[in-house]
Amino acid sequence: MDALFASIDLFFLAISAVKIVLLVFAVILPMVAYSVYAERRFSAIIQDRVGPNRTGIPLTLFGFKKDIQILGIGGLLQPMADGLKFILKEDFTPGHVNKFYYWLAPCLTMVPALLTCAVMPFGSELDLNWFGIAQPIKSVIADLNVGPLYMFAISSLGVYGIVLAGWSSNSKYPFLGGVRSSSQMISYEISLGLSIIPVLMIFGELNLSKMSAYQDANGWLLVPLWGDSAPWSNGWHFGRWLLWIPVCISFVIFTISMFAETNRTPFDLAECETELVAGYHTEYSSMKFALFFLGEYAAMIIGSGLAVTLFLGGWSIPFAPLLSKLTGLQFHFVPGATPLYTGLLHIATFFAKVFGCILFFIWVRWTLPRFRFDQLMALGWKVFFELALVNVILTAGILIWCPLK
Amino acid sequence: MATITVQRPKLAWHEKWFISPFIKGMKLTLAHAIKNLFLLIGRKEKTTMEYPEQKWDSHLPDYYRGAPALVTDEHGRERCVSCQLCEFICPPKAIKIIPGEIPSDDPWAKVEKRPKEFDIDMIRCIYCGMCEEVCPEQAIFLRKDYAITGTSRAEMLHDKKRLYEIGGKRVGLVNKWNELK
Repeated sequence: MDALFASIDLFFLAISAVKIVLLVFAVILPMVAYSVYAERRFSAIIQDRVGPNRTGIPLTLFGFKKDIQILGIGGLLQPMADGLKFILKEDFTPGHVNKFYYWLAPCLTMVPALLTCAVMPFGSELDLNWFGIAQPIKSVIADLNVGPLYMFAISSLGVYGIVLAGWSSNSKYPFLGGVRSSSQMISYEISLGLSIIPVLMIFGELNLSKMSAYQDANGWLLVPLWGDSAPWSNGWHFGRWLLWIPVCISFVIFTISMFAETNRTPFDLAECETELVAGYHTEYSSMKFALFFLGEYAAMIIGSGLAVTLFLGGWSIPFAPLLSKLTGLQFHFVPGATPLYTGLLHIATFFAKVFGCILFFIWVRWTLPRFRFDQLMALGWKVFFELALVNVILTAGILIWCPLK
Repeated sequence: MATITVQRPKLAWHEKWFISPFIKGMKLTLAHAIKNLFLLIGRKEKTTMEYPEQKWDSHLPDYYRGAPALVTDEHGRERCVSCQLCEFICPPKAIKIIPGEIPSDDPWAKVEKRPKEFDIDMIRCIYCGMCEEVCPEQAIFLRKDYAITGTSRAEMLHDKKRLYEIGGKRVGLVNKWNELK
């Protein structure tokens, strides 16, 4: 028993707990709330509207002339107001539903989305020497060696939430939405998984932090312009530039599959308002509906995080080695010797990239009309599946004939 | 039965695969987004009017149909003779009139009747303007007041005093009661 207690690293546990609380409750959840706000404002300016611009800290009540605004963009407290509204609404459970699964479904949508952020490397290392912590702290909750696999395993549980919601609601529209969503998500998981195999082949690695570190030193997969990937610094070896073609194909398949996985327009057939009222969450109200809503956005953030980590260098600052050489400051990652400011900058870079991805998601949503269901299925099974397979073979060929150093 | 052959546009491969339409659409939405973002930040003249701060009052047309109100003539006489035509025509039955007699010692005794009570329930009123149209005495008019609010149902009931307050005086309309003419 004593040996068991001695084997528990209390410091590690405490740091992990702090990381979990900070990342999930101080970053991901506010980010989810504010991505809803961003969606509303962005859709508004796309459609020549103003959007929610009123809700703020009511400074005008205390005699100030204006509420807090950033560059004239008001309404920054809209997410709080939305949340308050959801909490105060009546949580109605219809009489004809299967109570147990009806209550379980919203949790099953939100929880997997939050669980997956455990393996997301949101920064390099934080050097907390100043605070008396000798060892640099890794900016990832669990540095698993099977990062992407864990992510796919957990995030595919999200489909249960939607299926159960559709099924347990015991009415037509949620049922149709749930059935559509299950077939859609299961189909697109295949192309999603196959599309990252070339990436894993190139890295030869399943650890997301190491992937980010590799891209930091040797150029992002989509931007092979420094380190070992650039011909001018690796002895005129064009292997990485040749690999850029399969990587681009992978990226396109991955992004589009991600849209389908997260039920976003143009593939939001699970909840398309024009046909299915609100799809699988038609019968839900109040906080249960909010959980579905937030789960969708959390899945979007995690998906963007994965795309950023795999293809866009994760937390790495673009041209970091070159910047370090030019400025004399250290912008690139050196294991165990990364200054605190670089660690913080890496975290900021990661979230900036994720935010950019989310804006892209929103932008696409308000541009494209919804596809038909047969088009969606044809795209998944007849195009992406084959394309991803061919892409794997193409990558293998390039890796054999033009091996990386 | 005649068959109509629909001419489908011939699409290039990149149009069929949503590549060029996608880029075109993204460009269009981004252009709108950027334009409106600059409008939002630059606080320039926007298409949208921010209601409580900016109002459209000066642009209201003459035929604007706002809150109905009663008017008096140039002598301060109530124009309404309580014929109750407006009460009868009012589609949502928002008007309630209790007619009263004008006593014989009143200078306007020959008009004979005026409303003892005249209530318009502004919760019911649909601003259709039929009361104005039907009134033979031109006593009721739709004004340009549109923000009729109250914190209780009683507050939303406009009584005679309130109606004359909103309506005020109107001169040179029906002059048949005017002895000076």
